[in-house]
Amino acid sequence: MITEFGHFALILAFFIACFQVIVPLIGAHKRWPGWMAVAGPAAIIQFALTAGAFAALMWAFVTSDFSLRVVLLNSHSAKPMLYKITGVWGNHEGSMLLWVLIVTMFGAFAALGGAGLPPGFKARVLSVQAMIGAAFFGFILFTSNPFMRVPLPVPFDGHGLNPLLQDPGLAFHPPFLYLGYVGLSMSFSFAVAALIEGRVDAAWGRWVRPYTLAAWIFLTIGIALGSWWAYYELGWGGFWFWDPVENASFMPWLIAAALLHSSIVVEKRDVLKSWTILLAIIAFGFSMVGAFITRSGVLTSVHAFASDPARGVFLLGILAIFMMGALTLFAARAGAMQARGVFGLISRESALVVNNILLAVAAFVVFTGTIWPLVAELFFERKLSVGEPFFNLAFTPFMLALGLVLPVGAMLPWKRAKLGRVLRALRGPFALAVAVGALAYAMQNGRSALGPVGLFLAAWLVSGSAVDLWSRTGRGALRVRAQRLRRLPRADWGKSTAHAGLGITIAGIAGMMAWNVEDIRVVQPGESFDLAGFTLTLDGVRKFDGPNYRVTQAEVTLAKGTHVIRTLYPEKRFYPVAGMPTTEAAIDNGVMRDIYVVIGDPQADGGWAMRSYYKPLANWIWGGAILMALGGALSLSDRRYRVAAGARKAPMDGVPAE
Amino acid sequence: MRRLIVILCLMAAPVWAVQPDEILDDPALEARARDISKGLRCLVCRNENIDDSNAELARDLRLLVRERLVAGDDDKAAVDFIVARYGEYVLLKPNAGGSNLLLWAAGPLMLLLGGGIALIYLRRRSVAEEGAPAGLSDEEKARLAEIMRE
Repeated sequence: MITEFGHFALILAFFIACFQVIVPLIGAHKRWPGWMAVAGPAAIIQFALTAGAFAALMWAFVTSDFSLRVVLLNSHSAKPMLYKITGVWGNHEGSMLLWVLIVTMFGAFAALGGAGLPPGFKARVLSVQAMIGAAFFGFILFTSNPFMRVPLPVPFDGHGLNPLLQDPGLAFHPPFLYLGYVGLSMSFSFAVAALIEGRVDAAWGRWVRPYTLAAWIFLTIGIALGSWWAYYELGWGGFWFWDPVENASFMPWLIAAALLHSSIVVEKRDVLKSWTILLAIIAFGFSMVGAFITRSGVLTSVHAFASDPARGVFLLGILAIFMMGALTLFAARAGAMQARGVFGLISRESALVVNNILLAVAAFVVFTGTIWPLVAELFFERKLSVGEPFFNLAFTPFMLALGLVLPVGAMLPWKRAKLGRVLRALRGPFALAVAVGALAYAMQNGRSALGPVGLFLAAWLVSGSAVDLWSRTGRGALRVRAQRLRRLPRADWGKSTAHAGLGITIAGIAGMMAWNVEDIRVVQPGESFDLAGFTLTLDGVRKFDGPNYRVTQAEVTLAKGTHVIRTLYPEKRFYPVAGMPTTEAAIDNGVMRDIYVVIGDPQADGGWAMRSYYKPLANWIWGGAILMALGGALSLSDRRYRVAAGARKAPMDGVPAE
Repeated sequence: MRRLIVILCLMAAPVWAVQPDEILDDPALEARARDISKGLRCLVCRNENIDDSNAELARDLRLLVRERLVAGDDDKAAVDFIVARYGEYVLLKPNAGGSNLLLWAAGPLMLLLGGGIALIYLRRRSVAEEGAPAGLSDEEKARLAEIMRE
């Protein structure tokens, strides 16, 4: 019964979305207040109905109602409760319902929080947002309805959830990513509404920025969670594979980063307006490309568990209609957006243009590499792969350039700047960075440039951000400046924190790629071996049963010299329902290094295959990501946006960084 | 079919990436084998190299690479041997020849294009109408002030 209510609510939400597309748009055009005002309540009701539908589906999962097709295929009565709940979005239908729930949620926030927006503009924003909602409601109802029943008799138990997804890191990875993807739909709606009005001004920049910032924060957390999961779950400590689906989340992240920088320029200086609009359109375009790649399985990938070409065609249609519509509108209206600000060639504005070019071209490179196998097959009849080695080579130079110019650009004043003055202020950080890089070079074995360059950039970014923040305190005695430091706007703190976070992440990536030590061998129980100065001892292996899996667990003692650091328990698990094994690596986390141990198969001579790794600076990767998200949150909580129109009750105020 | 492949890939339980018995005695040769393996794709898997892959076929390929190296092939000859058998699909780093030139040049070309356009734009803005009102107009300032008061 509850299922039918959910299904009905979903259909009703679809109709309300259609209504919300048409009526406010006409109202805004004709300047009829009643027709415009209807958008707000419609958005809120739409959200309430979708939330009801989502709750109904969750109920079906929690109570293991196997008469529903999705529950039957993706759940099992023996699954722990946490994974029954997260299983709601661990499948195609449920994840699309989550997607549309977030679309309507952002719409409702804009409706509630957008009191300061001009009524006509608000009506148009909500109308565009409802177009997105209606398209995805249609997609769900016509191609992937989660409320489909199975023919009687109802099977006794379900097929279970992919064991790889039964993990806390991955359970919460999709919601964050979706919040990010869909958050960009708000930027898109603002951009299209502005194009319909034919007006973009500083206030627009201020309205759109909190949504972009929130979306970017969620994307950062979502990507970091996914990468962290890959690190500890897949069994060899890789953290990024340039998999099509990873790229699908990375491209919107890059574009969102560009967008949130260029919207500052719009807000402060009233230039770069049409470019910012274009970025807002492209950012959401990439989000939908992400949905398309994940959901259609057009590019073979890990996440292909949800692949289905027919749905892909529908999604491609949505993507094409929205992108072509928005870009046509852009072509027609962009000319009307006159920039007024004037600035010198050396200025913060120019620096942010450089930032935008580097980020956008980097995203373009990722995009080209991701779709190239498809292009090559279609047009050149070549069946080929584009993988990690290509991306490492083609993508990294842009990040290198970005890291190099970032501290300088961040300190340049607006309008007209003297490069010499900024460079003088940054002499200290530069010297420090060179010293760190040289030290790393001297201490490493081998001649690889990767590690030293990475650490150089990291030190340059972190200390450059610190100097940037400190320079904001002006002149005066140390004590006075320290006091001013505390009273600086949160946006300043956010900026420096996020930039430093980027540095930390770069350090982690460089350290892990350059100085990773690996050891693969057969170990007899009781035997010890050496790994990068540590001693590992396999004490024994035992087998037992977990809640819905069987475990083979090794006991490994990690020691340095005679000092025992801790005992590690790497596991192999076997999930009988899915007939699938997983590895659970045991990791000793440290600030400067991780020790990562995986147990393999029993060998004929009574020993066990073991893989162990020494991973320097591993946790810096995710620590940096947390700092970046925290920096974003600090910026978001800045008073300017809290009081700003359109962002007052924005959902992301004070969202913690993780 | 694709789903089946993925499932088979994940189910190839008894093998876990590089096994102790695969490792060559000569560390220099082994290091070269690892390097080559990282650039070769496991054909039945998702986007995974044979060095990381758990699939049976990846193991066969790893052993094949090592066989060639032990037989005295240099890195290029070993890779060519695999490519001749399995097609360029196995290469994770596509060759820059032919139409692939486009792929490799895409980034640099885009950078030149974007940089060029930006430079023209920046030059125009920096010499733009001197005396034009910079920043916000009075009307907008008033509006902004109103927003800030709320």
